[in-house]
Amino acid sequence: MNRKAFQVRTENLTFRYSEHIIAIKNISFDLSTGERVALVGHNGSGKSTLAKHFNGLLQPSAGKTWIQGIDSSCQSVSQLAKKTALLFQNPDDQICKQVVRDEVAFGPNNLGYPRQKIDLLVNKALSDFDLLPLQKMNPHDLGFSERKRVALASIVAMDTPVIVFDEPTAGFDSRETKLFVNALEDLKDGKKTVLIITHDMDFVAENITRILCLQEGEKVFDGNTRDFFSNTEMLAHCRLLPPQVVQLSTHFQQKRLAMTPEDFVGGF
Amino acid sequence: MSGIEIQKLTYYYPGSDKASLKNVSLKIPKGEFVGIIGANNSGKSTFCCALTGIVPHLYHGRIQGTIKLDGTDITNMGVGQVARNVGMVMQNPKNQLSGFHYTVFEEVAFGLENQGVKRDKIIEQVNRVLLMTGLQELAERSPYQLSGGQQQRLVFAAAIVSEPSVLVVDDPTTFLDPMGAKEVFNLLCRLNKQGVTIVIAEQRLELIAEYADRVIALENGKVVLDGIPCEVLVSPVLKKINLEWTRYTQVAVLAKEKGLWPEGRPLSASFFDTVQGMENK
Repeated sequence: MNRKAFQVRTENLTFRYSEHIIAIKNISFDLSTGERVALVGHNGSGKSTLAKHFNGLLQPSAGKTWIQGIDSSCQSVSQLAKKTALLFQNPDDQICKQVVRDEVAFGPNNLGYPRQKIDLLVNKALSDFDLLPLQKMNPHDLGFSERKRVALASIVAMDTPVIVFDEPTAGFDSRETKLFVNALEDLKDGKKTVLIITHDMDFVAENITRILCLQEGEKVFDGNTRDFFSNTEMLAHCRLLPPQVVQLSTHFQQKRLAMTPEDFVGGF
Repeated sequence: MSGIEIQKLTYYYPGSDKASLKNVSLKIPKGEFVGIIGANNSGKSTFCCALTGIVPHLYHGRIQGTIKLDGTDITNMGVGQVARNVGMVMQNPKNQLSGFHYTVFEEVAFGLENQGVKRDKIIEQVNRVLLMTGLQELAERSPYQLSGGQQQRLVFAAAIVSEPSVLVVDDPTTFLDPMGAKEVFNLLCRLNKQGVTIVIAEQRLELIAEYADRVIALENGKVVLDGIPCEVLVSPVLKKINLEWTRYTQVAVLAKEKGLWPEGRPLSASFFDTVQGMENK
Protein backbone atom coordinates (compact mmCIF):
# COMPACT_ATOMS: atom_id res chain seq x y z
CA MET A 1 0.00 0.00 0.00
CA ASN A 2 1.17 3.51 -0.79
CA ARG A 3 2.56 5.02 2.43
CA LYS A 4 1.59 8.50 1.28
CA ALA A 5 -2.09 7.56 1.45
CA PHE A 6 -1.81 7.68 5.24
CA GLN A 7 -1.08 10.54 7.60
CA VAL A 8 0.59 8.16 10.03
CA ARG A 9 1.97 4.70 9.38
CA THR A 10 4.03 2.49 11.66
CA GLU A 11 5.64 -0.76 10.54
CA ASN A 12 6.98 -3.21 13.09
CA LEU A 13 7.74 -0.37 15.47
CA THR A 14 9.78 -1.41 18.50
CA PHE A 15 11.18 0.82 21.23
CA ARG A 16 13.49 -0.11 24.09
CA TYR A 17 14.14 2.20 27.03
CA SER A 18 17.01 -0.13 27.94
CA GLU A 19 18.15 -3.63 27.05
CA HIS A 20 15.54 -5.13 29.36
CA ILE A 21 12.72 -2.59 29.16
CA ILE A 22 10.93 -2.99 25.84
CA ALA A 23 8.08 -0.50 25.83
CA ILE A 24 6.76 -1.05 22.29
CA LYS A 25 6.87 -4.35 20.48
CA ASN A 26 6.49 -4.74 16.73
CA ILE A 27 3.52 -2.44 16.24
CA SER A 28 2.03 -1.73 12.81
CA PHE A 29 -1.01 0.42 11.97
CA ASP A 30 -2.16 3.28 9.76
CA LEU A 31 -4.12 6.45 10.41
CA SER A 32 -5.89 8.05 7.45
CA THR A 33 -6.63 11.72 6.83
CA GLY A 34 -9.47 12.95 9.05
CA GLU A 35 -9.60 9.76 11.12
CA ARG A 36 -10.31 9.95 14.87
CA VAL A 37 -8.93 6.95 16.75
CA ALA A 38 -8.65 6.08 20.45
CA LEU A 39 -5.45 4.50 21.76
CA VAL A 40 -6.27 2.59 24.94
CA GLY A 41 -4.54 0.16 27.28
CA HIS A 42 -3.44 -0.27 30.85
CA ASN A 43 -1.04 2.09 32.63
CA GLY A 44 2.45 1.31 31.36
CA SER A 45 1.18 -0.44 28.21
CA GLY A 46 3.26 1.83 25.98
CA LYS A 47 0.63 4.33 24.77
CA SER A 48 2.56 7.50 25.63
CA THR A 49 5.82 5.97 24.41
CA LEU A 50 4.18 5.18 21.08
CA ALA A 51 2.80 8.72 20.81
CA LYS A 52 6.25 10.25 21.27
CA HIS A 53 7.37 8.61 18.01
CA PHE A 54 4.96 10.72 16.00
CA ASN A 55 6.67 14.03 16.72
CA GLY A 56 10.20 12.65 16.93
CA LEU A 57 10.66 12.85 20.70
CA LEU A 58 11.56 9.17 20.47
CA GLN A 59 13.11 7.30 17.57
CA PRO A 60 12.33 3.61 17.00
CA SER A 61 14.79 0.99 18.21
CA ALA A 62 13.52 -1.07 15.26
CA GLY A 63 10.86 -0.64 12.61
CA LYS A 64 9.66 2.60 11.05
CA THR A 65 7.21 5.44 11.46
CA TRP A 66 6.09 7.55 8.52
CA ILE A 67 4.35 10.85 8.96
CA GLN A 68 2.71 12.08 5.76
CA GLY A 69 4.72 9.50 3.84
CA ILE A 70 8.13 10.58 5.15
CA ASP A 71 10.24 8.40 7.44
CA SER A 72 10.23 10.16 10.83
CA SER A 73 13.83 9.10 11.52
CA CYS A 74 14.93 11.30 8.59
CA GLN A 75 13.29 14.38 10.13
CA SER A 76 14.20 16.61 13.05
CA VAL A 77 11.80 17.29 15.92
CA SER A 78 11.24 20.80 14.55
CA GLN A 79 10.38 19.42 11.10
CA LEU A 80 7.96 16.92 12.62
CA ALA A 81 6.40 19.65 14.78
CA LYS A 82 4.93 21.12 11.58
CA LYS A 83 3.07 17.86 11.02
CA THR A 84 2.27 16.43 14.43
CA ALA A 85 1.29 18.20 17.65
CA LEU A 86 1.40 16.19 20.87
CA LEU A 87 -0.49 17.04 24.05
CA PHE A 88 1.40 15.74 27.06
CA GLN A 89 -0.52 13.89 29.72
CA ASN A 90 0.60 16.35 32.36
CA PRO A 91 0.24 20.04 31.37
CA ASP A 92 3.14 20.96 33.64
CA ASP A 93 5.46 19.04 31.30
CA GLN A 94 4.36 21.28 28.46
CA ILE A 95 3.70 24.81 29.71
CA CYS A 96 6.74 27.08 29.42
CA LYS A 97 5.48 30.68 29.16
CA GLN A 98 4.39 33.10 31.87
CA VAL A 99 1.19 34.29 30.19
CA VAL A 100 -1.66 32.09 28.95
CA ARG A 101 -1.96 33.88 25.60
CA ASP A 102 1.81 33.64 24.98
CA GLU A 103 1.68 29.93 25.80
CA VAL A 104 -1.06 29.31 23.25
CA ALA A 105 0.83 31.42 20.67
CA PHE A 106 4.16 29.65 21.38
CA GLY A 107 3.60 26.75 18.95
CA PRO A 108 2.21 28.77 16.01
CA ASN A 109 5.01 31.35 16.48
CA ASN A 110 7.66 28.63 16.33
CA LEU A 111 6.06 27.19 13.22
CA GLY A 112 6.59 30.56 11.54
CA TYR A 113 2.98 31.29 10.66
CA PRO A 114 2.11 34.84 9.56
CA ARG A 115 1.00 37.16 12.38
CA GLN A 116 -2.60 37.33 11.14
CA LYS A 117 -2.91 33.53 11.07
CA ILE A 118 -1.38 33.25 14.54
CA ASP A 119 -3.90 35.73 15.95
CA LEU A 120 -6.79 33.85 14.36
CA LEU A 121 -5.62 30.45 15.60
CA VAL A 122 -4.85 31.72 19.10
CA ASN A 123 -8.16 33.55 19.49
CA LYS A 124 -10.12 30.53 18.30
CA ALA A 125 -8.24 28.12 20.58
CA LEU A 126 -8.65 30.44 23.59
CA SER A 127 -12.35 30.75 22.83
CA ASP A 128 -12.86 27.00 22.22
CA PHE A 129 -11.41 26.13 25.61
CA ASP A 130 -13.04 29.04 27.45
CA LEU A 131 -9.72 30.69 28.19
CA LEU A 132 -10.40 34.22 26.95
CA PRO A 133 -11.09 35.47 30.51
CA LEU A 134 -7.79 33.89 31.65
CA GLN A 135 -5.60 34.87 28.68
CA LYS A 136 -3.55 37.45 30.59
CA MET A 137 -2.93 35.25 33.61
CA ASN A 138 0.17 33.25 34.46
CA PRO A 139 -0.68 29.60 33.65
CA HIS A 140 1.19 28.52 36.77
CA ASP A 141 -1.37 30.41 38.89
CA LEU A 142 -4.23 28.36 37.41
CA GLY A 143 -5.78 25.13 38.64
CA PHE A 144 -4.87 21.75 37.11
CA SER A 145 -7.81 21.53 34.71
CA GLU A 146 -7.32 25.15 33.61
CA ARG A 147 -3.65 24.44 32.89
CA LYS A 148 -4.78 21.37 30.99
CA ARG A 149 -7.10 23.54 28.89
CA VAL A 150 -4.19 25.91 28.23
CA ALA A 151 -2.09 22.96 27.07
CA LEU A 152 -4.94 21.70 24.85
CA ALA A 153 -5.48 25.13 23.31
CA SER A 154 -1.74 25.40 22.63
CA ILE A 155 -1.77 22.13 20.73
CA VAL A 156 -4.91 22.84 18.73
CA ALA A 157 -3.58 26.32 17.82
CA MET A 158 -0.60 24.69 16.06
CA ASP A 159 -3.00 23.68 13.29
CA THR A 160 -1.01 20.58 12.36
CA PRO A 161 -2.51 17.85 10.15
CA VAL A 162 -1.92 15.21 12.85
CA ILE A 163 -2.75 15.74 16.54
CA VAL A 164 -2.09 13.31 19.36
CA PHE A 165 -3.86 13.98 22.66
CA ASP A 166 -2.50 12.10 25.67
CA GLU A 167 -5.33 11.85 28.22
CA PRO A 168 -7.06 15.07 27.15
CA THR A 169 -10.06 14.74 29.48
CA ALA A 170 -8.29 13.44 32.60
CA GLY A 171 -9.23 15.73 35.50
CA PHE A 172 -11.96 17.49 33.53
CA ASP A 173 -15.49 18.06 34.76
CA SER A 174 -18.40 17.54 32.37
CA ARG A 175 -18.39 21.13 31.09
CA GLU A 176 -14.70 20.92 30.19
CA THR A 177 -15.13 17.52 28.57
CA LYS A 178 -17.88 19.03 26.39
CA LEU A 179 -15.52 21.83 25.34
CA PHE A 180 -13.07 19.17 24.18
CA VAL A 181 -15.76 17.17 22.37
CA ASN A 182 -16.85 20.34 20.54
CA ALA A 183 -13.24 21.08 19.60
CA LEU A 184 -12.96 17.54 18.20
CA GLU A 185 -15.88 18.23 15.86
CA ASP A 186 -14.07 21.29 14.51
CA LEU A 187 -10.92 19.20 14.01
CA LYS A 188 -13.01 16.65 12.10
CA ASP A 189 -14.36 19.42 9.87
CA GLY A 190 -10.76 20.50 9.31
CA LYS A 191 -9.82 16.92 8.22
CA LYS A 192 -7.30 16.61 11.04
CA THR A 193 -6.07 13.13 11.92
CA VAL A 194 -6.59 12.72 15.65
CA LEU A 195 -5.24 10.03 17.97
CA ILE A 196 -6.60 10.18 21.52
CA ILE A 197 -4.95 8.30 24.36
CA THR A 198 -7.53 7.86 27.06
CA HIS A 199 -8.77 5.80 29.98
CA ASP A 200 -12.26 7.31 29.74
CA MET A 201 -14.23 4.45 28.25
CA ASP A 202 -17.56 6.35 28.39
CA PHE A 203 -15.98 9.10 26.30
CA VAL A 204 -14.67 6.51 23.83
CA ALA A 205 -18.03 4.77 23.47
CA GLU A 206 -19.79 8.04 22.71
CA ASN A 207 -17.23 9.75 20.50
CA ILE A 208 -14.91 7.26 18.79
CA THR A 209 -15.51 4.54 16.19
CA ARG A 210 -12.04 2.96 15.92
CA ILE A 211 -9.89 1.72 18.78
CA LEU A 212 -6.27 0.64 18.99
CA CYS A 213 -5.46 -1.26 22.16
CA LEU A 214 -2.03 -1.98 23.59
CA GLN A 215 -1.11 -4.51 26.18
CA GLU A 216 2.41 -4.82 27.57
CA GLY A 217 3.67 -2.89 24.54
CA GLU A 218 1.91 -5.06 21.96
CA LYS A 219 -1.06 -4.19 19.79
CA VAL A 220 -3.86 -6.54 20.75
CA PHE A 221 -6.80 -4.87 18.99
CA ASP A 222 -7.37 -2.54 16.05
CA GLY A 223 -10.96 -2.18 14.98
CA ASN A 224 -14.49 -1.08 15.61
CA THR A 225 -15.45 0.35 19.01
CA ARG A 226 -18.54 -1.85 19.34
CA ASP A 227 -16.52 -5.01 18.60
CA PHE A 228 -13.92 -3.92 21.13
CA PHE A 229 -16.41 -3.47 23.94
CA SER A 230 -18.11 -6.78 23.07
CA ASN A 231 -14.95 -8.62 24.03
CA THR A 232 -15.16 -8.54 27.83
CA GLU A 233 -12.36 -11.07 28.22
CA MET A 234 -9.90 -8.93 26.30
CA LEU A 235 -11.02 -5.80 28.18
CA ALA A 236 -10.28 -7.47 31.49
CA HIS A 237 -6.92 -8.70 30.17
CA CYS A 238 -6.05 -5.10 29.27
CA ARG A 239 -7.22 -3.77 32.68
CA LEU A 240 -10.09 -1.90 31.06
CA LEU A 241 -13.73 -1.89 32.07
CA PRO A 242 -16.67 -1.60 29.69
CA PRO A 243 -18.39 1.81 29.62
CA GLN A 244 -21.39 2.17 31.93
CA VAL A 245 -23.95 1.85 29.12
CA VAL A 246 -22.15 -1.15 27.63
CA GLN A 247 -22.31 -2.86 31.04
CA LEU A 248 -26.09 -2.38 31.09
CA SER A 249 -26.48 -3.45 27.47
CA THR A 250 -24.39 -6.58 28.07
CA HIS A 251 -26.36 -7.42 31.21
CA PHE A 252 -29.66 -7.24 29.32
CA GLN A 253 -28.14 -9.13 26.35
CA GLN A 254 -29.22 -6.50 23.84
CA LYS A 255 -28.81 -7.67 20.24
CA ARG A 256 -26.92 -4.55 19.26
CA LEU A 257 -24.53 -3.40 21.98
CA ALA A 258 -25.57 0.11 23.08
CA MET A 259 -22.94 2.84 23.23
CA THR A 260 -25.06 5.72 24.60
CA PRO A 261 -27.97 6.00 27.09
CA GLU A 262 -30.26 6.83 24.14
CA ASP A 263 -29.09 3.67 22.29
CA PHE A 264 -29.73 1.56 25.35
CA VAL A 265 -33.21 2.83 26.19
CA GLY A 266 -34.16 2.90 22.49
CA GLY A 267 -33.22 -0.77 22.16
CA PHE A 268 -34.81 -1.90 25.41
CA MET B 1 -16.75 14.06 68.99
CA SER B 2 -14.73 11.23 67.41
CA GLY B 3 -13.95 12.10 63.81
CA ILE B 4 -13.76 15.43 62.00
CA GLU B 5 -15.81 18.46 62.99
CA ILE B 6 -15.62 21.56 60.80
CA GLN B 7 -17.17 24.81 61.94
CA LYS B 8 -17.65 27.93 59.82
CA LEU B 9 -14.54 27.27 57.74
CA THR B 10 -13.68 30.08 55.34
CA TYR B 11 -10.42 30.33 53.44
CA TYR B 12 -8.81 32.87 51.10
CA TYR B 13 -5.71 32.04 49.04
CA PRO B 14 -2.93 34.67 49.35
CA GLY B 15 -3.72 37.79 47.37
CA SER B 16 -7.30 36.71 46.66
CA ASP B 17 -10.34 38.54 47.95
CA LYS B 18 -12.61 35.67 46.86
CA ALA B 19 -13.10 32.93 49.44
CA SER B 20 -12.30 29.44 48.11
CA LEU B 21 -14.20 27.89 51.03
CA LYS B 22 -17.20 29.75 52.43
CA ASN B 23 -18.59 29.11 55.87
CA VAL B 24 -18.35 25.31 55.61
CA SER B 25 -19.73 23.49 58.64
CA LEU B 26 -20.06 19.72 58.76
CA LYS B 27 -19.22 16.63 60.77
CA ILE B 28 -17.58 13.47 59.45
CA PRO B 29 -17.88 10.65 62.00
CA LYS B 30 -14.90 8.32 62.39
CA GLY B 31 -14.99 5.51 59.85
CA GLU B 32 -17.18 7.26 57.28
CA PHE B 33 -16.43 7.06 53.54
CA VAL B 34 -17.21 10.50 52.14
CA GLY B 35 -17.14 11.53 48.50
CA ILE B 36 -16.55 15.20 47.72
CA ILE B 37 -17.88 16.19 44.31
CA GLY B 38 -18.05 19.43 42.37
CA ALA B 39 -16.92 21.02 39.14
CA ASN B 40 -13.30 22.14 38.88
CA ASN B 41 -12.58 25.22 41.02
CA SER B 42 -15.56 24.42 43.27
CA GLY B 43 -13.27 24.08 46.30
CA LYS B 44 -12.76 20.29 46.44
CA SER B 45 -8.97 20.39 46.46
CA THR B 46 -8.90 23.34 48.87
CA PHE B 47 -11.20 21.41 51.20
CA CYS B 48 -8.86 18.41 51.04
CA CYS B 49 -5.84 20.63 51.68
CA ALA B 50 -7.57 22.21 54.70
CA LEU B 51 -8.09 18.78 56.26
CA THR B 52 -4.36 18.06 56.00
CA GLY B 53 -3.08 21.46 57.13
CA ILE B 54 -1.58 22.25 53.71
CA VAL B 55 -4.12 25.07 53.79
CA PRO B 56 -3.12 27.40 55.38
CA HIS B 57 0.33 26.24 56.54
CA LEU B 58 1.97 25.66 53.14
CA TYR B 59 -0.18 27.83 50.90
CA HIS B 60 -0.64 30.52 53.58
CA GLY B 61 -3.63 32.82 53.01
CA ARG B 62 -6.37 33.65 55.52
CA ILE B 63 -8.39 30.99 57.34
CA GLN B 64 -11.35 31.42 59.66
CA GLY B 65 -13.26 28.78 61.61
CA THR B 66 -12.05 25.49 63.05
CA ILE B 67 -11.30 21.93 61.96
CA LYS B 68 -11.27 19.51 64.86
CA LEU B 69 -9.90 16.00 64.59
CA ASP B 70 -11.05 13.84 67.49
CA GLY B 71 -11.77 17.06 69.40
CA THR B 72 -8.41 18.76 68.75
CA ASP B 73 -8.29 21.87 66.55
CA ILE B 74 -5.79 21.13 63.76
CA THR B 75 -5.93 24.54 62.05
CA ASN B 76 -3.06 25.76 64.22
CA MET B 77 -0.99 22.58 63.96
CA GLY B 78 1.91 22.24 61.52
CA VAL B 79 1.58 19.99 58.46
CA GLY B 80 4.00 17.46 59.94
CA GLN B 81 1.95 17.15 63.10
CA VAL B 82 -1.32 16.75 61.19
CA ALA B 83 0.34 14.17 58.91
CA ARG B 84 0.73 11.75 61.82
CA ASN B 85 -3.04 11.27 61.74
CA VAL B 86 -4.14 12.48 58.33
CA GLY B 87 -2.63 11.09 55.11
CA MET B 88 -3.14 12.73 51.76
CA VAL B 89 -2.91 11.72 48.12
CA MET B 90 -2.84 14.64 45.72
CA GLN B 91 -4.25 14.70 42.20
CA ASN B 92 -0.92 15.21 40.48
CA PRO B 93 1.66 12.71 41.77
CA LYS B 94 4.54 14.88 40.54
CA ASN B 95 3.53 17.48 43.15
CA GLN B 96 3.89 14.92 45.90
CA LEU B 97 7.08 13.02 45.04
CA SER B 98 9.94 14.15 47.26
CA GLY B 99 12.29 14.50 44.30
CA PHE B 100 15.34 13.23 46.14
CA HIS B 101 14.88 9.49 46.37
CA TYR B 102 16.40 7.08 43.91
CA THR B 103 13.94 4.24 44.31
CA VAL B 104 10.25 3.60 44.83
CA PHE B 105 11.09 1.82 48.10
CA GLU B 106 12.96 4.85 49.47
CA GLU B 107 10.17 7.20 48.44
CA VAL B 108 7.59 5.16 50.36
CA ALA B 109 9.91 4.90 53.38
CA PHE B 110 10.45 8.69 53.53
CA GLY B 111 7.49 9.53 55.78
CA LEU B 112 8.32 6.81 58.30
CA GLU B 113 11.97 7.88 58.37
CA ASN B 114 10.85 11.41 59.23
CA GLN B 115 8.72 10.06 62.03
CA GLY B 116 11.75 8.25 63.49
CA VAL B 117 10.34 4.74 63.00
CA LYS B 118 12.86 1.92 63.49
CA ARG B 119 14.53 0.44 60.39
CA ASP B 120 13.04 -3.07 60.69
CA LYS B 121 9.56 -1.67 61.11
CA ILE B 122 10.06 0.65 58.11
CA ILE B 123 11.10 -2.27 55.89
CA GLU B 124 8.14 -4.35 57.02
CA GLN B 125 5.62 -1.50 56.56
CA VAL B 126 6.98 -0.44 53.17
CA ASN B 127 6.94 -3.98 51.81
CA ARG B 128 3.37 -4.39 53.04
CA VAL B 129 2.06 -1.27 51.24
CA LEU B 130 4.08 -1.98 48.08
CA LEU B 131 2.28 -5.31 47.93
CA MET B 132 -1.09 -3.66 48.63
CA THR B 133 -0.58 -1.13 45.84
CA GLY B 134 0.91 -3.59 43.33
CA LEU B 135 4.31 -1.87 43.26
CA GLN B 136 6.47 -4.62 44.70
CA GLU B 137 8.08 -5.41 41.35
CA LEU B 138 8.92 -1.74 40.82
CA ALA B 139 10.50 -1.25 44.27
CA GLU B 140 14.00 -0.64 42.89
CA ARG B 141 12.86 1.53 39.95
CA SER B 142 13.34 5.31 40.04
CA PRO B 143 10.03 7.12 40.76
CA TYR B 144 10.69 9.14 37.60
CA GLN B 145 10.88 6.02 35.41
CA LEU B 146 7.28 5.13 36.26
CA SER B 147 4.24 5.86 34.12
CA GLY B 148 1.73 8.46 35.39
CA GLY B 149 -0.54 5.76 36.78
CA GLN B 150 2.30 3.97 38.52
CA GLN B 151 3.42 7.26 40.08
CA GLN B 152 -0.09 7.77 41.40
CA ARG B 153 0.00 4.35 43.07
CA LEU B 154 3.40 5.28 44.52
CA VAL B 155 2.15 8.44 46.25
CA PHE B 156 -0.81 6.40 47.47
CA ALA B 157 1.59 3.90 49.04
CA ALA B 158 3.56 6.75 50.65
CA ALA B 159 0.35 8.18 52.14
CA ILE B 160 -0.89 4.98 53.74
CA VAL B 161 2.43 3.62 54.95
CA SER B 162 2.17 5.50 58.26
CA GLU B 163 -1.33 4.11 58.93
CA PRO B 164 -3.25 7.41 59.25
CA SER B 165 -6.68 7.44 60.91
CA VAL B 166 -7.98 9.74 58.15
CA LEU B 167 -7.03 9.46 54.49
CA VAL B 168 -7.76 12.45 52.28
CA VAL B 169 -7.59 11.70 48.58
CA ASP B 170 -7.84 14.35 45.87
CA ASP B 171 -8.93 13.01 42.46
CA PRO B 172 -6.64 9.97 42.69
CA THR B 173 -7.90 8.20 39.58
CA THR B 174 -7.14 10.99 37.10
CA PHE B 175 -4.26 9.12 35.45
CA LEU B 176 -5.29 5.55 36.24
CA ASP B 177 -6.62 2.92 33.86
CA PRO B 178 -10.20 1.85 34.68
CA MET B 179 -9.14 -1.26 36.56
CA GLY B 180 -6.53 0.77 38.45
CA ALA B 181 -9.22 3.26 39.46
CA LYS B 182 -11.40 0.43 40.70
CA GLU B 183 -8.45 -1.03 42.60
CA VAL B 184 -7.85 2.31 44.31
CA PHE B 185 -11.47 2.35 45.47
CA ASN B 186 -11.24 -1.30 46.57
CA LEU B 187 -8.12 -0.42 48.54
CA LEU B 188 -9.89 2.58 50.10
CA CYS B 189 -12.78 0.29 50.93
CA ARG B 190 -10.43 -2.15 52.69
CA LEU B 191 -8.82 0.67 54.67
CA ASN B 192 -12.26 2.01 55.52
CA LYS B 193 -13.31 -1.39 56.86
CA GLN B 194 -10.23 -1.27 59.11
CA GLY B 195 -11.63 1.97 60.58
CA VAL B 196 -9.85 4.59 58.46
CA THR B 197 -12.01 7.62 57.66
CA ILE B 198 -11.93 8.25 53.91
CA VAL B 199 -12.52 11.66 52.35
CA ILE B 200 -12.17 11.54 48.59
CA ALA B 201 -12.64 14.23 45.94
CA GLU B 202 -13.49 12.42 42.71
CA GLN B 203 -14.80 13.19 39.23
CA ARG B 204 -15.93 9.62 38.41
CA LEU B 205 -19.34 9.74 40.03
CA GLU B 206 -20.13 6.10 39.23
CA LEU B 207 -17.33 5.10 41.61
CA ILE B 208 -18.65 7.44 44.31
CA ALA B 209 -22.11 5.91 43.79
CA GLU B 210 -20.70 2.44 44.32
CA TYR B 211 -18.39 3.03 47.28
CA ALA B 212 -19.24 6.12 49.34
CA ASP B 213 -21.50 6.24 52.41
CA ARG B 214 -22.12 9.93 51.91
CA VAL B 215 -21.64 12.57 49.21
CA ILE B 216 -20.97 16.28 49.70
CA ALA B 217 -21.29 18.55 46.66
CA LEU B 218 -19.46 21.87 46.58
CA GLU B 219 -20.02 24.90 44.40
CA ASN B 220 -17.96 28.08 44.70
CA GLY B 221 -16.63 26.89 48.05
CA LYS B 222 -20.06 26.25 49.56
CA VAL B 223 -21.77 22.98 50.43
CA VAL B 224 -24.82 22.71 48.15
CA LEU B 225 -25.75 19.04 48.68
CA ASP B 226 -24.96 16.65 51.50
CA GLY B 227 -26.54 13.22 51.79
CA ILE B 228 -26.52 9.58 50.77
CA PRO B 229 -25.22 8.82 47.24
CA CYS B 230 -28.52 7.57 45.80
CA GLU B 231 -30.12 10.93 46.63
CA VAL B 232 -27.31 13.40 45.96
CA LEU B 233 -26.11 11.85 42.70
CA VAL B 234 -29.52 11.92 41.02
CA SER B 235 -30.30 15.49 42.11
CA PRO B 236 -31.13 17.99 39.33
CA VAL B 237 -28.82 20.39 41.20
CA LEU B 238 -25.85 18.48 39.73
CA LYS B 239 -26.49 19.92 36.28
CA LYS B 240 -26.68 23.44 37.70
CA ILE B 241 -23.21 23.03 39.20
CA ASN B 242 -21.68 21.69 35.95
CA LEU B 243 -21.67 18.04 36.92
CA GLU B 244 -23.10 15.29 34.77
CA TRP B 245 -25.27 12.48 36.08
CA THR B 246 -23.72 9.03 35.75
CA ARG B 247 -24.77 7.19 32.57
CA TYR B 248 -26.77 4.92 34.88
CA THR B 249 -28.82 7.93 36.02
CA GLN B 250 -29.12 9.18 32.43
CA VAL B 251 -30.51 5.77 31.45
CA ALA B 252 -32.97 5.84 34.38
CA VAL B 253 -34.14 9.34 33.41
CA LEU B 254 -34.68 8.34 29.77
CA ALA B 255 -36.39 5.11 30.83
CA LYS B 256 -38.70 7.09 33.09
CA GLU B 257 -39.60 9.43 30.22
CA LYS B 258 -40.50 6.40 28.08
CA GLY B 259 -42.49 4.65 30.81
CA LEU B 260 -39.80 2.00 31.25
CA TRP B 261 -39.04 2.85 34.89
CA PRO B 262 -41.22 1.61 37.79
CA GLU B 263 -43.74 4.21 38.99
CA GLY B 264 -42.60 5.90 42.21
CA ARG B 265 -39.14 4.29 42.21
CA PRO B 266 -36.34 6.80 42.83
CA LEU B 267 -33.83 7.31 40.03
CA SER B 268 -30.57 5.38 40.34
CA ALA B 269 -26.92 6.33 40.09
CA SER B 270 -25.29 2.88 40.10
CA PHE B 271 -25.22 -0.18 37.86
CA PHE B 272 -26.94 -2.36 40.42
CA ASP B 273 -29.84 0.04 41.10
CA THR B 274 -30.40 0.76 37.41
CA VAL B 275 -30.50 -2.96 36.59
CA GLN B 276 -33.01 -3.49 39.40
CA GLY B 277 -35.15 -0.61 38.17
CA MET B 278 -35.17 -1.87 34.58
CA GLU B 279 -35.85 -5.46 35.65
CA ASN B 280 -38.72 -4.49 37.92
CA LYS B 281 -40.66 -2.73 35.21
